[in-house]
Amino acid sequence: MPDVAEIDAAEPGASLWRDAWLRLRKNRLAVFGGVALIIITLFCLVGPWLSRYTYEEQDFAQYAKPPSALHWFGTDKLGRDQMTRIMHGGRISLGVGICATLVSLTIGVLYGALAGFLGGKTDAAMMRIVDILYALPFTVFVILLMVVFGRNIVLLFVAIGAVEWLTMARIVRGQVQSLRKQEFIEAALSLGLSQRRIILRHMIPNVLGPVAVYTTLTIPAVMLLEAFLSFLGLGVQPPMSSWGTMIKDGAELMEEFPWLLMIPAAFFSLTLFSLNFLGDGLRDALDVRTSKD
Amino acid sequence: MSEAFLQIENLKTHFPVERGMIIRRRIGTVKAVDGVTFSLARGEILGLVGESGCGKSTLGRTILQLIPPTEGTVVLAGKNLAGLNKHDLRESRADFQMIFQDPYASLNPRMTVFDALAEAMRAHRKIPAAEINERVAALMQKVGLSPRFVKKYPHEFSGGQRQRIAIARALAVEPKLIIADEPVSALDVSIQAQIINLLAKLSREMQLTLVFISHDLSVVKHISDRIAVMYLGRIVEIGPAAQVFEQPLHPYTKALVSAVPIPDPEREKQRQRVILTGDPPSPLDPPSGCSFHPRCSYAATECSRAVPALEIFDPARTVACIRAREINQA
Repeated sequence: MPDVAEIDAAEPGASLWRDAWLRLRKNRLAVFGGVALIIITLFCLVGPWLSRYTYEEQDFAQYAKPPSALHWFGTDKLGRDQMTRIMHGGRISLGVGICATLVSLTIGVLYGALAGFLGGKTDAAMMRIVDILYALPFTVFVILLMVVFGRNIVLLFVAIGAVEWLTMARIVRGQVQSLRKQEFIEAALSLGLSQRRIILRHMIPNVLGPVAVYTTLTIPAVMLLEAFLSFLGLGVQPPMSSWGTMIKDGAELMEEFPWLLMIPAAFFSLTLFSLNFLGDGLRDALDVRTSKD
Repeated sequence: MSEAFLQIENLKTHFPVERGMIIRRRIGTVKAVDGVTFSLARGEILGLVGESGCGKSTLGRTILQLIPPTEGTVVLAGKNLAGLNKHDLRESRADFQMIFQDPYASLNPRMTVFDALAEAMRAHRKIPAAEINERVAALMQKVGLSPRFVKKYPHEFSGGQRQRIAIARALAVEPKLIIADEPVSALDVSIQAQIINLLAKLSREMQLTLVFISHDLSVVKHISDRIAVMYLGRIVEIGPAAQVFEQPLHPYTKALVSAVPIPDPEREKQRQRVILTGDPPSPLDPPSGCSFHPRCSYAATECSRAVPALEIFDPARTVACIRAREINQA
């Protein structure tokens, strides 16, 4: 007689996700990155409500003053509180980063999975389209968009997302292709499971690792792009600000008022570092080659 | 032998070989399986041997319709699997299962053993939630694993244990036919015997028809009722295991048998070895006539003319060699 009681008493195993989590927690840089990100995000999200100033309000007695008890991060040349502006700029920068990454994630994963799963001529055609889009100069593309549709922050998300999905599509396609040849997919087919179930239960959980890693590495890339566009004057328009525009404004005045460059640049760099550390940590933690067999 | 339970008729699997980036031209055909015919009785174990690349695995996958056959029929319990449409085929898949070579690749690394087995059970039958635990536990015990381990993930098991799990998953749908594709070649020698014995025991207990694919004759010797020897997409000899092993008829089988080490140094020293020269020919461009003739020490001029058919040698044995009677007289 089978011992059913033993099943109820079965000790839980260590899933690959839990394994990866344990390994990630041991990686100091990744943990530092994660904690720093949480703090920066909270600072940007909650900060503006606690601040005494708004991002556009001018203090006529305080033009371009260095950090003081009144304005912790100083004020810019129009007398606006820099700390509040950094919070708002962070919202835009992080927002662009996350939204554009989500756009690229959705398009990239679906497109790549489809190409990899269908294979053959469809796959070849779909990937040639990706190759062609890759060859398009990004700056020209964005400037064209801005000229046609006007300057618009939503457009910025879309433009960046529309370019960033290409790499994601390639990664996912490669993963799905190699998965398709795995014996456990063949076993699932031979069990007579439905296509839907095979994709949902067997394919997707196994491509999620590399996707998660690439996502954390896409966010900083996207934020850099936004900063770059803002620096060129193609991004967010005043009085709104992003970290990119603040760095641009600060760079113009860095000889007289260095804190206007240094503080936003420090925030931006810290965020990028943290995301990259976290991404690297995730990659190491999820990498099958370094995990025990 | 009772009437055929699995009947395979003139089964062919040909793969087109294409070249060109955009306009793909067909430059040839690989005849991985080229006209295989045999039948098995219910509960019979067939050992299918041949060297790497001879089409054993493709034959196994074609029988199970994981690769669509180019030609021929596979009749299992009166139903032609090769003629089923997609939907009916998926419904019938519970009847025939596969056990794969690499137990590290054949289990989804993100599913617990319980999930994998329960998924397989529910693939074709509705099973009340109250029963599922009991059934999974029974299945685990059947393959010699403790039900205590069901919540674990594949990477927490050894190779032999994983192969047991893969066997359990194949059994979960209650199949009638199992094709085991080199199920032990990825395992340690010490574990191989355990898995082979487990398969033999299950086949006996459950009246399972089993096709056991291996490149190693000594592995299939003990468990098989009959042995089929494959060379370049065709079966060259088929017969009762002991006879094929003791007195091989086809020159290729003779070479295979003589390559099996004898665990007795005295006898090992005395026996004559048949050493094959050359490599197996390219399946893209097989030799004319009997595809074995360039490597065969008995080859005559007529061997290169026509493909020899499988002919009955004695009531239990068939062989595809025009000189079979001549060479095996003495």
